[in-house]
Amino acid sequence: MTKKIRDVVLESGIPVKPVYGPEDLAGVDVAQEIGQPGEYPFTRGIHENMYRERPFTMRQYAGFGTPTETNERFKFLIDNGQNALNVAFDLPTQMGLDSHDPLAEGEVGRVGMAVDTLADMEVAFANIPIDKISVSLTINAVAAPIMAMYFAMAEKRGIATSQVRGTAQNDILKEYVGRGAWIFPVEPAVRLIGDTMEFCAHNAPKYYPVSVCGYHMREAGANPVQEIAYAYAIARHYIQVGLERGLQVDDFAGRISFNFDIFGNFFEQIAKFRAARRLWAKITRDEFGAQNPRTMKMKMIAGGGGGGLTIEQPENNIVRGAYYAMISALSGTQTMALCSYDEAYTIPTEKAALISLRTMQMLIEEMGVGDTVDPLAGSYYVESLTNEMEARMVAEMKRVDEEWGGIVKAVSEGMVQREVAHQAYRHEQGVQNGTIHKVGVNVHRQEEEERDVALHPYRVEQAEESIRRTAEVKAGRDEVAVAAALAGVRKTAVSGQNLMPSMMNAVRTYATLGEITSILKDVFGTFQEPVRL
Amino acid sequence: MIQHKIRVLVAKPGLDGHDRGAKVVALALRNAGMEVIHTGLHQTVDQVVETGLQEDVDVIGLSILSGAHLPITKKLMARLKVEEMDDTAVLVGGNIPERDIPALQEMGVTAVFPTGSQFEEMVAVIEETVGSRTEV
Repeated sequence: MTKKIRDVVLESGIPVKPVYGPEDLAGVDVAQEIGQPGEYPFTRGIHENMYRERPFTMRQYAGFGTPTETNERFKFLIDNGQNALNVAFDLPTQMGLDSHDPLAEGEVGRVGMAVDTLADMEVAFANIPIDKISVSLTINAVAAPIMAMYFAMAEKRGIATSQVRGTAQNDILKEYVGRGAWIFPVEPAVRLIGDTMEFCAHNAPKYYPVSVCGYHMREAGANPVQEIAYAYAIARHYIQVGLERGLQVDDFAGRISFNFDIFGNFFEQIAKFRAARRLWAKITRDEFGAQNPRTMKMKMIAGGGGGGLTIEQPENNIVRGAYYAMISALSGTQTMALCSYDEAYTIPTEKAALISLRTMQMLIEEMGVGDTVDPLAGSYYVESLTNEMEARMVAEMKRVDEEWGGIVKAVSEGMVQREVAHQAYRHEQGVQNGTIHKVGVNVHRQEEEERDVALHPYRVEQAEESIRRTAEVKAGRDEVAVAAALAGVRKTAVSGQNLMPSMMNAVRTYATLGEITSILKDVFGTFQEPVRL
Repeated sequence: MIQHKIRVLVAKPGLDGHDRGAKVVALALRNAGMEVIHTGLHQTVDQVVETGLQEDVDVIGLSILSGAHLPITKKLMARLKVEEMDDTAVLVGGNIPERDIPALQEMGVTAVFPTGSQFEEMVAVIEETVGSRTEV
């Protein structure tokens, strides 16, 4: 009599057998495909000893209100063991608007800190040793002026641009697909990324100017295979842009890092990351001729994943965070950050952020997850799944090129967006009809739930404070210098030369983000969103 | 009698770029037989109302994930009043804390659909609201 067993098909479309065995690894070239950690193709990890030598970096996303409040939260996290910062900017800042702009009404300091000028950046990092603590700036459409502010601030503190370490997210193509903080049309937006990569290659060689994000596309509905495939299609395009500028691949491509999501099926996620490392090594070496192993190493933050967390039974999200952290650690991430348990409600309270930090710390200190590199290597299931994931990633990348005409066309015309939205719809249908199980949502529900979630308060006054502070900064400026610097931005935007030097000039005069962005909007125009459902 | 197809505007007002929910709801309502127009991102309240007028919609659905739902909705309701669009029902969805629902209802919002709301419920509320408004 045959036993009845569940059908299991992963989100990526891969069917899962109940038992895997040695036969599933027959024909796998262990030396070539699995290999050694720290060696091509880096399936097992990009470093020889990984966490045995140094644990993953913990970098919780933080920022809200005024730069002073954000500075306090930074210090709170550092005091509690966080060893790197990831800066959250408010939506007006992300969209290149000053706090007083009518479009900023109601949004100042809400989802991140309000930055209008270099002065705000200086306050945000007061008494924080930016030469010792790595800072990641989650900024995209206006990455160029914000990076310029960061470099200018470092300069004022005696740190030469050539010595500045840190990262900027600066991945505009994913914004059009899954995050929405775009401003300019695709071409000039990508030009700006080219300018930042070129500038950093020549002037800030320790800085990582681009972090390509599969994360947000996954959050928007992409399945794990698509998350990597679309991110790699985007990264490939940025590399092509760099090469067109005359840069050598080994001079800049190794400082493109990645930002990936960690929610979903446990082993599918781990296999995703191992396959992603192997695939990136192949792309950089075989397609772009990279010779330096550093270029071939896929460096990532594997974090999140908000998409898996729920509004129902919020304490469950603490546990989900722990499971996702395990995924990330077993996948050999370089940096980790977790969405906090109040993710579905608000930006994190101190308490929620602390729980996330402790989750990661317990993993390192108590669980032995970092004692040996890639402990799941050789697993019949994991290796088999890794191979299958890689094959599907390659196929999906091919689809982008052959069916959609390449990532730039696909994004400009809304084809990726449509695919992702339809995936999201199918997923939601699955949750609503109960075929996809979510604890607390459609299984193990509590109809009468007491949700005791302290909400991070939004201080209404801080918008006024931001506006007042910027007015004070403006009152103290040399307006002749500001006007000249802004004229320089306009001239360079039109001429097509690298905008970073004129950005640096402008931010040093305390030109505002809004003043700079207005000029760019005037020259470049704004993106016409292709809404196709 | 010709069955009037319910026209819904799914709008993303303000600067928030999270549109997964809005797109998913748009697809669900379309599959339920409604005519759905999606505004795209970064709409001002004026633009939303303008589009609602031009497209002659029965329902305006606001999707807000940034937490700015109270100021944005307040502005929209005031603008609808100025345009004398009393027949247009307003729904609000997104990251809406329970404690804000009464305030939204007081503003004249027909229903609030926080994350996790069911398609069936949205369709039922829309059909009931529009049905009762177009009854002669």
